[in-house]
Amino acid sequence: MAHSMRQGHAPLRAQPAFGPDRKGKATVTIPSPTIPNPANPARERPQDYVLRRVTERRVRLIRLWFTDVAGQLKSFAISPAELEAAFEQGMVFDGSSIEGFSRVAEADMVALPDPETFELMPARNGNGEDISARMFCDITGADGAPFDGDPRGVLRRVMDRARAAGYTFYVAPEMEYFLFEPDRVDGRPVPLDAGSYFDLTTADIASDIRHRTLSALETMGIPVEYSFHEDAPSQHEIDLRYADALTMADSVMTFRLLVREIAFEHGVHATFMPKPLAGVQGSGMHTHMSLFADGRNAFSDPSSADGLSDVARGFVAGLLSHAREITAVTNQLVNSYKRLIAGYEAPVAISWARSNRAALIRVPPTRNEGEEATRVEYRAPDPACNPYLAFAVILAAGLKGIEEGYELPPETPPSITGYSDHGGPAYGHHLPASLDEALDEMEGSALVAETLGQHLFRWFLRNKRREWSSYQTQVTQFELDNYFAAV
Amino acid sequence: MYAVHPAAVSTELAQFLDLGGYAWKPVATTADITAGAPPEGWAGAIIRLGGHDAHSESQNSEGAGGTDVAWAVARALREHAAATLPVLVLVRGNALDELTMRDELFDDFCLDPFHPRELEARLAHLAAASNGGSTEIIEYGPLRINLDTYEAVVDERPLDLTYMEYELLRFLASQPGRVFTREALLNQVWGYEYYGGARTVDVHVRRLRAKLGEENADLIQTVRSVGYRLGTYRWR
Repeated sequence: MAHSMRQGHAPLRAQPAFGPDRKGKATVTIPSPTIPNPANPARERPQDYVLRRVTERRVRLIRLWFTDVAGQLKSFAISPAELEAAFEQGMVFDGSSIEGFSRVAEADMVALPDPETFELMPARNGNGEDISARMFCDITGADGAPFDGDPRGVLRRVMDRARAAGYTFYVAPEMEYFLFEPDRVDGRPVPLDAGSYFDLTTADIASDIRHRTLSALETMGIPVEYSFHEDAPSQHEIDLRYADALTMADSVMTFRLLVREIAFEHGVHATFMPKPLAGVQGSGMHTHMSLFADGRNAFSDPSSADGLSDVARGFVAGLLSHAREITAVTNQLVNSYKRLIAGYEAPVAISWARSNRAALIRVPPTRNEGEEATRVEYRAPDPACNPYLAFAVILAAGLKGIEEGYELPPETPPSITGYSDHGGPAYGHHLPASLDEALDEMEGSALVAETLGQHLFRWFLRNKRREWSSYQTQVTQFELDNYFAAV
Repeated sequence: MYAVHPAAVSTELAQFLDLGGYAWKPVATTADITAGAPPEGWAGAIIRLGGHDAHSESQNSEGAGGTDVAWAVARALREHAAATLPVLVLVRGNALDELTMRDELFDDFCLDPFHPRELEARLAHLAAASNGGSTEIIEYGPLRINLDTYEAVVDERPLDLTYMEYELLRFLASQPGRVFTREALLNQVWGYEYYGGARTVDVHVRRLRAKLGEENADLIQTVRSVGYRLGTYRWR
């Protein structure tokens, strides 16, 4: 648990601080930060902090959040009165009702709130009443042992492995999504601004949603790197500022909820579906990544010709080698593979490049941003993934490449822009073309099995195979249009 | 450490301070307030109006008592550490008029010649009062942090911080103007074991600035290639 890491905390010396400042106000002595709550010495300070904030801010409801294996946010609310017990014993719930949590003869699970993730939710009606807060939970079995089906736990374990090797994994995803009219017409989604480029009303709504979303994100501690831009009609993109992968996975879960809720308040439907409209580009979650060691960017090596370190090369090589195996996790829906096609700025061939936007892995130029900005961008994931599992398998693949010293194939030259032919054996592989193919790849992957753990690995495959079979039973519009009359 | 003015401290006062176990240091001019400040800051000040004329090298040309310098020192103390630094004035019975219209420059006074018992009691009272009783508050510009309730307020607007954001802000605000490296902040605020690495500090600073709001985001300043500090330079 993160809060137990504070035991090595150096006590501050009591010291009056002073100094002229712009309004010339005073400062006083600082007590040691390590003092526990005198009323209950056993309680740790982060928990004490949360309990005090709940009282001070008159929080009415505390939402405890966790994520099921499919990547859906699960929430249950407790009252402030229950909070102390929740910290001490956790909240017991029936795991059999959660996707991917059920295990034979072990339905009782415990959700332990992580006090360092305590955030107030943005006020819905702005009048300051009805204040609620959220905390992410770690899931354990009734015996208190970490539950191996908890996606947050899976990511924690891989991050711990990276840490043992001296690395911290930082990620910065670019979140894309569409805004649609609330109701579909003839079963088809209607883009918010389709055919209404001069319609001020919809423009105002989009701009208001944009503004509200950005401010809600910032107040919930999710800083935004660049503001929106739109590629397809009604498509939006918000780039999140980097954070360690665990924090970022939490942020992605919060992000998806906020975007949907704010859109809903405006009578609009937001979707993270990877490819909601045929014929226009889908929504990706391009993820910028770097490893830091001893406060330095381990991907950067100013002495090498291209500025990339051997660590970066190994990481990229690992990711390329295992890309096919991890795609079922980073792109987990039947629909995900409708996005991964040629011609819509989505990656298809397994390749890397510095200045070729068709590549699966891009090494963006850092210009004057300095060594810290050296990073690689993995362009396969889509925003419908389970971010904990996606970051976990990406990191595991990269670490594998570093540990085993994988050799990095040559980069795709800028001249190659086609998607089907990247000209040579080094680029001969493609991402899986369907969920079915991706699941086959995953099933044979020792790396993914080890990373996810047997319980989650098996459940994921079973669940997704079912999804594919169910899809196979459908007769699509394409088939009707092309075969019904002709054959 | 008490600042005592004028620098030529009378025998009785020096004796009183030494016997009472007060750490003290003579302060001749306003410049000494900042230049001579002990690392932990002044605990208080004793200013004797119109000192003992025979001993004081009255640097000012006017007035036998040299009260102009004395009041300048008192004013400098206020600017230096605002109201938290208690200032006690020793004043002769025939010079009480000196106090008129200068209430904001001192916290208490004692008739001179003083009785050691009285002076001791008044200093003790001032020390207790300046510690703010049970509530510990850090204030800096528009920022106020109540250390007891963990309430952080900027421009009277409550800040909803996560625990670590709060800890970072509190730490920076405890020593405004002082520059901390990212490594120092990581060690002191997070503890050395935390696995976010030094970049964690950047991440949290960015979030804190977002929550402080645009108009106050510059409360936390980036000191290029060094680290972060709250507010401006410690010494102006």
